[in-house]
Amino acid sequence: MALLTVSNLSVEFPTRRGLLRALDDVSFAIDAGEILGVVGESGAGKSLTGAAVIGLLEPPGRIAGGEVRLSGERIDNLPPERLRRIRGRQIGTIFQDPLTTLNPLYSIGRQLIETMQTHMRLSDSEARKRAIEWLERVGIPAAARRVDAYPHEFSGGMRQRVVVALALCAEPRLIIADEPTTALDVSVQAQIITLLKRLTRDHGTAVMLVTHDMGVIAETADRVAVMYAGRIAEIGPVLSVIKHPAHPYTEGLMGSIPPIEHRVARLRQIDGAMPRLNAIPPGCAFNPRCPKAFARCFTERPDLLDAGATVAACWLHAPIDRPLVRPANTHA
Amino acid sequence: MPEVSTSARAVATTPMLEAIGVSHHFDVSPPFLQRLLAHGGKKQSLRAVDDVSFAIAPGTTLSLVGESGCGKSTVARLAVGLYTPSMGEIRFEGRLLSAARAQSDLRRRMNMIFQDPYASLNPRWRVRDIIAEPLRTFDIVHSAPALRDRVAALLSQVGLAPADGEKYPHEFSGGQRQRISIARALSSEPEFLVCDEPTSALDVSVQAQILNLMRDLQLRLGLTYLFISHNLAVVRHMSDRLGVMYLGRIVELGPAEAIFRTPRHPYTRLLLDAIPDLENPGRSRTPVGGEVPSPIDPPPGCAFHPRCPFADARCRMEKPGYTRTRDQMVACHAVEEGRIAP
Repeated sequence: MALLTVSNLSVEFPTRRGLLRALDDVSFAIDAGEILGVVGESGAGKSLTGAAVIGLLEPPGRIAGGEVRLSGERIDNLPPERLRRIRGRQIGTIFQDPLTTLNPLYSIGRQLIETMQTHMRLSDSEARKRAIEWLERVGIPAAARRVDAYPHEFSGGMRQRVVVALALCAEPRLIIADEPTTALDVSVQAQIITLLKRLTRDHGTAVMLVTHDMGVIAETADRVAVMYAGRIAEIGPVLSVIKHPAHPYTEGLMGSIPPIEHRVARLRQIDGAMPRLNAIPPGCAFNPRCPKAFARCFTERPDLLDAGATVAACWLHAPIDRPLVRPANTHA
Repeated sequence: MPEVSTSARAVATTPMLEAIGVSHHFDVSPPFLQRLLAHGGKKQSLRAVDDVSFAIAPGTTLSLVGESGCGKSTVARLAVGLYTPSMGEIRFEGRLLSAARAQSDLRRRMNMIFQDPYASLNPRWRVRDIIAEPLRTFDIVHSAPALRDRVAALLSQVGLAPADGEKYPHEFSGGQRQRISIARALSSEPEFLVCDEPTSALDVSVQAQILNLMRDLQLRLGLTYLFISHNLAVVRHMSDRLGVMYLGRIVELGPAEAIFRTPRHPYTRLLLDAIPDLENPGRSRTPVGGEVPSPIDPPPGCAFHPRCPFADARCRMEKPGYTRTRDQMVACHAVEEGRIAP
C-alpha cells in the first residue's frame, strides 16, 4: 500500500468575483522510499498541492473535495491539533528559503533538540548527541562545535543542510520538499540533492519534491507528475516522462529546455501562457496552446488516460473502440 | 565629430566593447564614527571585479556565467557605464566608455535588459510611454503620429499587439513584460545590448520564447549581446564566446563550444558536472564540496584553491595568470604546468 494517497483533491479560493478552483481533481500516490517529483510552471498548483497535503493552506483557501491518506489514515479532515502532531512526527517539510524556516534567535542545536524532543522521548543529553549526529550526517564540518552556532553564522548552502537535518531528525515517513534547491547556486544545489537522495533512501522516507526545475527532477525523482492549470497533465516514471512524453504540454516543456549536451538552432517553444485560474477554457485547459488540439479538446475535459508507460490527461490517448473508463489507479 | 568607422573592415576588427584590466571595488567599511570608536577599525573594500579583460566582436554574443557573488552583474553594469571602473578601462568601439557615454548619439547605441520584469517597468506608466521614453529622451522621433507608429512597430517586433501600448504593466504576464523591456531596449535602435539574467525570473516555456526572440532579433538587427546568466544551458544556447567567472575574476574565456566540449579550468569542470542532466536521468555523482567564499575576504593565491582537487602549494600562494591553450584563456597553475590532462 502506498504511504501517501491523494485522491480527487480539489482546493478552492472564494473571492469577491466567485470561486476560484486552484486544484482540480488531483490524484496521486507515493510509496515508502520513493521520490515523486511534482513539476510545473508558476501558478500550476504544485506548491498548493504540497500545502494541501500537510493541511497548511493559507485561508481563505480550503479543500473542497477529495481526501488525503497517510498510511491509510485519512488526515485531511483531522482537527488542527491532531494534524499538527502528525505533521511534526510523520511529515517533514523543506522550503525554498532556509532563512524563513530557521528561527534566527535560537541556536541550530536548540532547534534540532526541540524538534526531536517534541516528537520523541529523549533526554537532553541524548537529544544533543543526536543533534550533533544529524549535523554530521548532513555534512556540517566540526558539528560538535557548530551545534551552538546561530543560523546567521552559516552560509546559504549550510543553512539548507541544517533545514534538511531539521526535516529528517524526527524521522518522518514523508518529506514535502518545496523548491529545496531553487535559492542555491548550482554547485551547492548538487550537494543538497545528493544529500536528500541518500538520506531518504537510507531511511525509507517517501518524498514529494516540488520544483520547476526539470533537471533536478531528472536527477532525483523516481516518478514525476507534471501539473498544468491546477491539474495533473501527466504522471509516470521519470525516464518515460522525459524521453517519451505522452502529453503535448510535457512534450513542449521538455523541448523548451535548452539542452546542455549540444547546441540547437532554435528552442521549441509553446506559444502563449498558462491561463489564469479565472479564465480556464472549457475542455482541456491546454487547448489554446496545443498544436495537436482537435474538436473534442474544446468541449470535454480529459481525465488521466492510459498512455503506455505513463498516464496523461489528453484525448490523444483516448481508446477509440472502447467506452471511456476512468482508470481506478493513477499510480503508473 | 570623431571618426566613425564606416568601412566594413574597420567594423570587423574593432570590438564593439572591450574591457582591459577592469577592476571594480565597493567600499563596505563600517561608517566613519564606528571605525573611530573601534580604535583602528580599517576601511574595507570588496573587490567585486578583479582585473577582467574581454572583447566582444560586433554581431556576436559574449556570455558571462558564474554563481552568485562572482561579479557578473557588476560587469554588466560597468559595461553600460552604470558604474565606473576603479581600475582599467572599458572601450566602446575603440573609444573610452566614459567619453562615449557623454555623447547622446553614442549612448543611444547601447542599452540594457534587466532580470526582473516586475521591478524594471514603471507600474504607473502606460506601455506606450515606457517604450517611447528613450525615443523622447534621445529626441529621435519628433511628431506624435510618428511616435505612435514607431511604438506600434516595436511592439509588433517583440510579438505583442500595437493595442497593448494602451495597457499598464500589471496587465501583462512575466514573459510579456520581458517583451516590453526588450521593446524599450530596442527603441533607440541600439547595436549593443547588455542582458543581465533576462530569463531567470521566467518559467521555462516562456524562457524559450524570450530566448528565441532574442536570437531572432540578433540575426535580424545585427545586435551585439553581453549576456549574463547563471544558467549554463541557457548560456550555451545563446553564446558565441563564454567567460566563466569566479570571485571577481574570469577564470576561463574562449569560444563557447570549445569550453563546453573541453572545459579546462577545474571550476568550469565542476560547474558543468553539477548541472543535472536530462539526457541521463538518475545518474549519481560525487559533488565537489564547499561554497563560494566571501569576496570581502577572498582566499590568497588562486581564489578557487580551497575547493580545487588539483590545488598545491603554489595555488595557495600565487595568483595564477592566464595560460592560452588553443582558443581558450585559462587562469590556472595546474593547467599551465600540465598537471591537468587536457
